[in-house]
Amino acid sequence: MREIVVCLQILAIATIAWQPLAVLAADAVPTEKDAVAASRAVKLSEKLRCLVCQNQTIADSNAELAQDLRRQIHEQIAAGKSDDEIVAYMVARYGDFVLYQPPVKSTTVLLWAGPALLVVVGFASLVHLVRARRAEPQASPLTAEERDRAAKLLAGDGGKDVA
Amino acid sequence: MSKKLLIPLGVFIVLCAFLLVGLWRDPREVPSPLIGKTAPAFTLAQLHEPSKTLGPADLKGQVWLLNVWASWCVTCREEHPLLVGLAKANLVPIVGLDYKDETAAGKRWLAQHGDPYTVSVVDRDGRVGIDWGVYGVPETFVVDKTGTIRHKQIGALTAEVLEQKILPLIRELQKS
Repeated sequence: MREIVVCLQILAIATIAWQPLAVLAADAVPTEKDAVAASRAVKLSEKLRCLVCQNQTIADSNAELAQDLRRQIHEQIAAGKSDDEIVAYMVARYGDFVLYQPPVKSTTVLLWAGPALLVVVGFASLVHLVRARRAEPQASPLTAEERDRAAKLLAGDGGKDVA
Repeated sequence: MSKKLLIPLGVFIVLCAFLLVGLWRDPREVPSPLIGKTAPAFTLAQLHEPSKTLGPADLKGQVWLLNVWASWCVTCREEHPLLVGLAKANLVPIVGLDYKDETAAGKRWLAQHGDPYTVSVVDRDGRVGIDWGVYGVPETFVVDKTGTIRHKQIGALTAEVLEQKILPLIRELQKS
């Protein structure tokens, strides 16, 4: 029983002793006081690709490089850089690949225009096909003989061959 | 067979060719926009003599290599013997960028594996690495006499890459 009491006491002291540390730790985390700057930083890091884990943005990734790049973004926002300047900074170092949304350029025209082009080409060939079908000659009209037979068939004559 | 039927077949073959080529390309190798550009400036403390600094400006007029390494980097061990061999041949100064590493660990690592570097500099927080577009370790840059980056090797150097790409490039750059 005494041990338990001692343990509880130690625990209580430890809890009290830890609290200021916990507060300090919370202070040490770089918090963004300015909500606008914080949302800008998040938006920017969602636009940029982490080069280590290539299918994640640097907002999503916990790779060290992503953390470093997030730090760069925070620092540059604090330094008063515009979003375009920060993006340009990243592109200058890591190339267009760092952008989740590739820029429209001569090399990426096919990428951007491709889907629309595919729709246009598909629609054009559909129109072409339908028109070609319509232009096909109609089935040749019946001969007098066939017409005769058809009339008999319709009249319920059993369809016996007249010939 | 109608010629019209050949069109989808042709499109399909072209698509297959693209996909096949794509299979053999390494998606981890992202071409660096820094090639052909001036090497980003830095002034960093040297690993062995922290009171001294080094930067690209100090190396102007000669062809040099920047090798990004770290004691925590496993792949660096793979290429390290090649670098040691290259250093022995005494062809070019090799500057080591000790990337996001503890100084003591870095020194110990070099003592253990051999030190091929003319000078190693310490990039403790990885800022210079970001300026150079480093996104993995190891990476190796070839810088020419004017201070322009001419080549970037992503990942470990291999004997093949060294013989066929890097050494010929160094010789060519040294002549000019």
